[in-house]
Amino acid sequence: MKRVIAGVATALAATLALSACGDSDPLAEDKPAGDSGESITVGSANFPESQLLAEIYAQALEAKGVTVERQLDLGSREKYMDGLKDGSIDLIPEYTGVLLQFFNKSAPEVSAEDVYAALPKALPENLTVLEKAEAEDKDAVVVTKETADKWDLKSIEDLVPHCGEVVFGGPPEIQERADGIPGIKETYNCTFKSFSALEPGAITTKALLDNTVQAADIFTTDAAIEANDLVVLEDPKNNFAAQNVVPLISKDKATDTVKETLNAVSAKLDTKTLLDLNARLNAPDKPEYADVAKEWLGEIGI
Amino acid sequence: MDAGQAGGGEVNSTLNWLFDAAHWSGPTGIPARILEHLGYTALTVLVAAVIAIPLGAIIGHTGRGTFLVAGLSNGLRALPELGLLTLLVLLTYVGLLPVVISLVILALPPILAGTYAGIRNVDRAVVDAARGMGMRESAILTRVELPNALPLILGGLRSATLQVIATATIAAYVALGGLGRFVIDGNNAGAGSPNGYPQMAAGAIVIAVLALVVEGVLEIVQRLAVSPGLRNAATRQRAARIWRRPTTDLVSKST
Amino acid sequence: MNVDWPWPWLPRNVDKIAEATGEHLFLALLPVLVGLLVSIPLGWAASRWPVVRLILVPLAGVLYTIPSLALITLVPLLIGTKIIDPLNVQVPLAIYTIALLVRSVTDALLAVPGEVTAAATAVGFRPTKRFLSVELPLAVPVIVAGVRVAAVSAMSLTAVGALIGIGGLGGLITEGFRRNNAVEMVVAIALILVIALLIDALLLVVGKLITPWTRARQGAAK
Repeated sequence: MKRVIAGVATALAATLALSACGDSDPLAEDKPAGDSGESITVGSANFPESQLLAEIYAQALEAKGVTVERQLDLGSREKYMDGLKDGSIDLIPEYTGVLLQFFNKSAPEVSAEDVYAALPKALPENLTVLEKAEAEDKDAVVVTKETADKWDLKSIEDLVPHCGEVVFGGPPEIQERADGIPGIKETYNCTFKSFSALEPGAITTKALLDNTVQAADIFTTDAAIEANDLVVLEDPKNNFAAQNVVPLISKDKATDTVKETLNAVSAKLDTKTLLDLNARLNAPDKPEYADVAKEWLGEIGI
Repeated sequence: MDAGQAGGGEVNSTLNWLFDAAHWSGPTGIPARILEHLGYTALTVLVAAVIAIPLGAIIGHTGRGTFLVAGLSNGLRALPELGLLTLLVLLTYVGLLPVVISLVILALPPILAGTYAGIRNVDRAVVDAARGMGMRESAILTRVELPNALPLILGGLRSATLQVIATATIAAYVALGGLGRFVIDGNNAGAGSPNGYPQMAAGAIVIAVLALVVEGVLEIVQRLAVSPGLRNAATRQRAARIWRRPTTDLVSKST
Repeated sequence: MNVDWPWPWLPRNVDKIAEATGEHLFLALLPVLVGLLVSIPLGWAASRWPVVRLILVPLAGVLYTIPSLALITLVPLLIGTKIIDPLNVQVPLAIYTIALLVRSVTDALLAVPGEVTAAATAVGFRPTKRFLSVELPLAVPVIVAGVRVAAVSAMSLTAVGALIGIGGLGGLITEGFRRNNAVEMVVAIALILVIALLIDALLLVVGKLITPWTRARQGAAK
C-alpha cells in the first residue's frame, strides 16, 4: 500500500508540475504593472486581420503604460459580444457597418459618416466607440477570375441570373446577419443554391479556388484576393454598408489615455495600410501578429 | 452571460428549438442532418471494416505483426481528430473525401483490436482439430476462426461506430453537414440569439440520443448474430484477459 | 492554392509553442486527476450498493456518449462560467474521466476475490484499512489502465476547445489552418501525439512499479 501511495503521489506531483509549466491561469498574461496603473483586456475575432488590429491596439496601449491582457481568437461577433457583456473583454476592434447592424437590424445608413453617427444611439449603455479609422474592410461577394470571365461578372447584379447554380461560402453567422445571406437575397433577389459554412481565411480561399464554392464572402482587405487574382463583385445597391475600423470599448475603460492612444492609431490607419499589413501577414514566412504590429507601430512612431 | 441565465429559461428555449416544426423539415432540418450524419458514419465504418477486419484476421492468425495492433490502437487514440481533419482538408480540398479518410483512420483501431482479439480468443483445440483434419490455413481462418471471432469483431464494429458518430460532429467545422452543423452554427450564433445556445443544446441532445439508439440497436444485432455457444461471459473474459483489461470496454473518447 | 510550409516558423516561435503546450497540459491533465480522485469513492459506492451501480453505470454511459463540442459549449449554461474559461474544457474532461473510471473502479473492486477480503477481515483489518490496503491496491492495474485511456483521450479532446477560443495546442491548429501554415498545424498535432504517448508510457511504468505483485505472479506463471 505504501508503494501505491508513493506511486500515486509521484504521479500527482508530476501532473501538477506539468500543469504548472503553463500558468495557473493560462489565459492571462503576466505583465509588469504599467505606469499608468490602468488595465484593459483586448479581444479579437477569429480572423487574422482582427487579431492583428487587436495586437496593434494592445501594443500601442502598452507603450503608454497600460497593462493589457489579451483574449484573442474568440470566434464570431455574436460570440465575443457575450464577452463584452460579461466583462471577459473590454476592448475589441470592430467595423462600423456590421456593428450597427448587429444592434439595429434594420439600420438604413450606408455611408461612412451616417453609419458612424448612428452608432452611439444603437450601442448598449455600457459600450462606446472611439474615433473611426479611414481604413475599411467590408464583406464582399468574391469569385475567381475564371468565374468572372465565364459569366461576365462585374457586380453582384451580374451574378443574379446564375445565383441558383452557385454554392456560396462564408462564415456560418452570415446566414443570419442582416447584410449577409438574407440581405443579398432581399437587396438583389439572389438566392444561392446552397451555403457552405467556412471559416474566414485560407480555407475559404481554398474552397473558392477548388470550386467547392463558386462564390464566397471574403473580406475586402484579405491578402488572398490579390494573391490569387480573385474578383470582388461590386455592390451598387450597398447591401454591405461602410465598414470603417473602429475600437469598441466598455465606457468605464475608456480613459483619456486609452482614448488618445487609440485615436492616434486610428488616425494613421487607412485602407492601403490595412491591405499592406494583411499582405505581410499572408507572406509565406508567416510572421507573428505581434511582430507585424510592432513593425508598423514603430514606423508610425508609437 | 451570467449564472442567472442558467436553468429553466434556457432549457425552455432549447426544447422550443428542438420541437419547432420548422427545424424538422428541409435540407437543413434535423432529419436531413441525421441522415447525413449516419451516412458519413456508415461509409466510414464500412471502409474501415474492409481494411481492418482482414488485417486483424491475418495478424491474429499468423501471430505476426502484433505490434501493429497495439501500436495503432495507442497511437491513433492520441491523435487529435481536429488536427488530422483540418490538416487533410488544407492539403487536399474542402469536401467529403478528406473527412472520411480522417474518420476512417480513427475507426481502424477498435475494429482491428476487436478482430485480432477475436481470432486469438478462438479455442486452440478447435483450431488444432481443424488442422488435424487437413484444412488449409486460409480455410481455417475463414471457416473456423472468423465465425468464432464474431462476437469480438462485432464488439469492435460497435465501438468504432459510436466513435465515428461522436467524431463526425467535427466535420461541420470544415463545411460538411451532419449533426455537428447545429453545434457549430449555434456556437457561432452566440448566447443571445434564439439560434445560439438553443440550437447547440438541441443539436447535442439529438447527437446523444442518436448515439444511444445506435448503441442499443447494435447491441441487439450483436446478440442475434452470434451463435449461442459464444454468447457468454466466459468468452468475453478470456478475450479481455488477452489485453489485460477489464471486461467493460475501455473505449477511448476521441471527440 | 499552395499550402505554405514555413519551417523557420518553428524555431522562431518556440516560446509560443511552449506556452500553448503548458496551457494544454493544464487543460487536459488536471481534470483527469480530479476525475480519478472522484471516481474512487464513487466506484466504491457502486461496488458496494447495487442501487448506486444501477444508476451510475448507465449514467456514465450516457455522459460519455455526448460529444465534447456540445458539452464544452453547454458548461457556461450549466454552471455560469464566462464564455472563455478553462473550466469549459476541464469540466467536460473531468466528467468523461469519471464516466470512464467509475466503471473501471467498480468492476475492479467487484473482481477482488471474496476469499481475499474474507482473509483480510479475519486477520483483523477494519473496513477502511481493508479497502485501502487490500482492495484498492488490487484494483490498481485496472484503474491505471483506465487512467491511461482517460489521459490520452483528454490530450486530444482538449484540442476541440479551440473551436470556441479556449487555447492550448488546439489553438495552434486552428490558427495554422486559418493562415495556411502547415508547419504550425503539424507541430501542434505532433506535440499532442508525442506528449500523449509519453504520458501513456509514464503511467504504464508507474502502474507496474506500484504493483510489484503482478509482475511476480506473471513471473511465477511462466
